[in-house]
Amino acid sequence: MYQFNYAKPATVAEAATLYANAEDPVFLSGGQTLIPTLRQRLAAPTDVIDLSGIGELSGIAVGDGKVTVGAFTRHCAVAESAEVQAAIPALADLAGRIGDAQVRNCGTIGGSVANSDPAADYPAAVVALGATVRTDKRSISGDDFFRDLFETALEPGEIITSIEFPIPDRAAYRKFPNPASRYAVVGVMVADFGGNVRVGVTGAGPCAFRARTIEDMLNANLSTSALDGVEVPDAGFNNDLHASAEYRAHLVKVMARRAVSDLLGA
Amino acid sequence: MNMTITVNGASHQLDVPDNELLVDLLRERLRLTGTHVGCDTSQCGACTVHLDGRAVKSCSLFAAQADGGSVTTIEGIGTPGDLHPMQRAFRECHGLQCGFCTPGMIMRAIDLVARSDGLDGGAVRDGLEGNLCRCTGYHNIVHAVLKGQELMGGNDE
Repeated sequence: MYQFNYAKPATVAEAATLYANAEDPVFLSGGQTLIPTLRQRLAAPTDVIDLSGIGELSGIAVGDGKVTVGAFTRHCAVAESAEVQAAIPALADLAGRIGDAQVRNCGTIGGSVANSDPAADYPAAVVALGATVRTDKRSISGDDFFRDLFETALEPGEIITSIEFPIPDRAAYRKFPNPASRYAVVGVMVADFGGNVRVGVTGAGPCAFRARTIEDMLNANLSTSALDGVEVPDAGFNNDLHASAEYRAHLVKVMARRAVSDLLGA
Repeated sequence: MNMTITVNGASHQLDVPDNELLVDLLRERLRLTGTHVGCDTSQCGACTVHLDGRAVKSCSLFAAQADGGSVTTIEGIGTPGDLHPMQRAFRECHGLQCGFCTPGMIMRAIDLVARSDGLDGGAVRDGLEGNLCRCTGYHNIVHAVLKGQELMGGNDE
């Protein structure tokens, strides 16, 4: 591993100042992507700024029709939260199936969302639930947050403080996990807000996106058979050793249908 | 950086490089070589220890992140004359072949059992997703964890 300077600020403002004054800094959240990346020498930051000492970034609050999750909240905390399980069971379920237990005991929602890994689970929920990403500078709509492969609307040095998820009437998440990594080859969340259905897809494209065609079909007829004739073009989809673009397009249909089936059965 | 860490109940004040991994602190500095390094890609779980009561991969954390924390390694759960119930279960069920993955398996299994009420074989397999056995001896490992659950009974670790 390359050398770097490690710092553990106590406030968001202090973290932002450290970032601004460093040559080539990076924020460390749960570290479950960043640390393996550093170990492989795939990144060489001059400064690693650990966000774990900032107490205000952790915690879960439910109220006003939404679930607010602090950016440093670990996956295990979301999965085990009785409040999240009651308000948005699909979100607790999603968090409980990220990676493996050791990863969930370290990884954080803010780190996952900020990284915009094309196969990460949380981005599907951010998009499907129409979440709002709050940062130390502004609020960003979940629809506008994910821009491309590992690219988000965040400016350099901008820190996610929390993510607000509106509570749907019902929702379900289905993923086809890579059997080795448990990353989503494709994951689909379907959420029903009083008859307005939103569908978020992860794994298929360079970043998470809303499947508008599927949404339109489900808004006309919320049933699994509504998706029988759906066409999912594979243009721009990921094509790698795990799955071809064509296979991923097929998986979007299958996972969407399974998620609708779960949602209707709930 | 200067840090304080409690390992298996003993407090240590250490000056470690900023980029030292927790597993290297445990193995190289404290000579607790029961915690193994099985891969370089954070996938195998052989380095699993408990940090503040939860199973984590010590190869995927900087030592600095454990500053002020409490770590339990395989050396901290039992002694040769007084094995932890999960260690006894692995011995009785022959839940190992070469044994390299065993410390990580046991540390994960203890955390898994302590946080569940009544695991079946499928739940054990799910719970061990983050631990790989290259001998592919999973069958007896699952048996051992189920036996360990029985032996742990109401006891915590």
